[in-house]
Amino acid sequence: MSDLHTELKESIIEQLNLEDMQPADIENNEALFGDGLGLDSIDALELIVLLEKDYGIKLTDPNQGKQIFNSINTMADFIEKHRTK
Amino acid sequence: MYINGMSNISAQPDDFLTSAEIIDIQGNILSAVVRPYRELIKPMLLRRMSKAVKMGIYTAVKSLSRSGLECPDAILVGTGQGCMQDTEKFMQQIEESKEQLLTPTSFIQSTHNTVSGQIALFLKCNGYNMTYTQNSVSFESCLLDAQMQLELDEDIQNVLIGAVDETSEKFTGFQKLDGQIKAETILNKELFPSSSPGSIISESAAFFSISREKTPRSLANCVGSKIINEIQSSEIEEKVVEFLSEFDLKPEQMDAVVLGNNGDHRFDDYYQILQQGIFNNILQLNYKSLTGENNSISAIGCALAVSVLQHQKIPKKFRANSKSASKFRRILIYNQYLGRNHGFILLERP
Repeated sequence: MSDLHTELKESIIEQLNLEDMQPADIENNEALFGDGLGLDSIDALELIVLLEKDYGIKLTDPNQGKQIFNSINTMADFIEKHRTK
Repeated sequence: MYINGMSNISAQPDDFLTSAEIIDIQGNILSAVVRPYRELIKPMLLRRMSKAVKMGIYTAVKSLSRSGLECPDAILVGTGQGCMQDTEKFMQQIEESKEQLLTPTSFIQSTHNTVSGQIALFLKCNGYNMTYTQNSVSFESCLLDAQMQLELDEDIQNVLIGAVDETSEKFTGFQKLDGQIKAETILNKELFPSSSPGSIISESAAFFSISREKTPRSLANCVGSKIINEIQSSEIEEKVVEFLSEFDLKPEQMDAVVLGNNGDHRFDDYYQILQQGIFNNILQLNYKSLTGENNSISAIGCALAVSVLQHQKIPKKFRANSKSASKFRRILIYNQYLGRNHGFILLERP
């Protein structure tokens, strides 16, 4: 697991107040929304802010969100390609 | 209207209304004891809730279940300050991000009516939902509205009513600036003899399940309540007599009075005048040395009175004088804060 994957999991746990969860509890391929981690639309907004604040990525097309936030792996791939900080 | 179930959270343990044990607390800002919220609330919901919301939902659900009810017809919540923790978090984010990149959760949860809304969502209650933010008479405002709803709307049979306030690190600290919190650190048992301004500020929640009709589970009958925003201390006895006369009662017909002394030497004279005057021969109870002061604390005073009517006994720690009563049938609760917003509640044994 890369540093980015771990960092991302730690940020998500902190930002979304996932109390009692550890980074190891989130699988890299696990779905973040729906039946996986069970995040909802408010969490999606929190993740959009997280991308911009921590990695300088501003999402211009809201439809991208569904693919980007599918799992930790898809988020990490997207961040590696588009990060500005 | 009849109180059929209640639950409260304060700086004291769960059973403090009936227990003889005295928990001494040092500090001028008291946190409420954390309850096992996970027993009732799913972790995915709990993670977004501030302390006020957790305390509100927990006590609301407990009070309803103790009355044998799942969902009320109306929800009324009083809060003097609202969700302070999320408001503070949200405002800190505004400052830190220079008004950019604000996350939604704190903002959504920062409104004053978050608690009543979250209780309604939790209970799936689509009925009348109202929040009163009226300083120290927020709870009494809810009682008055409950009375009116029961009188005006025959479809409303059961009302959930309560009050909740939380502290937050910075905002509560501001109360020091205008002398609401004592400058010197004080042990709670030293509060009443204190001769300095201010009190100890705290968090609390108390909810009551109320019905129009008496039930086998009824603990107390709320005969009436009244709010008077401005009273001079010289008028307080007259106002109490006026309130009681609305029910053809006299001060000497009270079996006990629950008074809101908070150790602020500037304003405790309202209580002291009553203690040395019309209630001199009546059993007097105090509770704020145990719970601290906040805008919802009169709901805890009300819970104490309900507990006395239910159990017919009073732990020594609440007694402010040596008077006694053979039976507890009728109790007056009186509270004010900073000499303003005076609330009167009259309870009777059902």
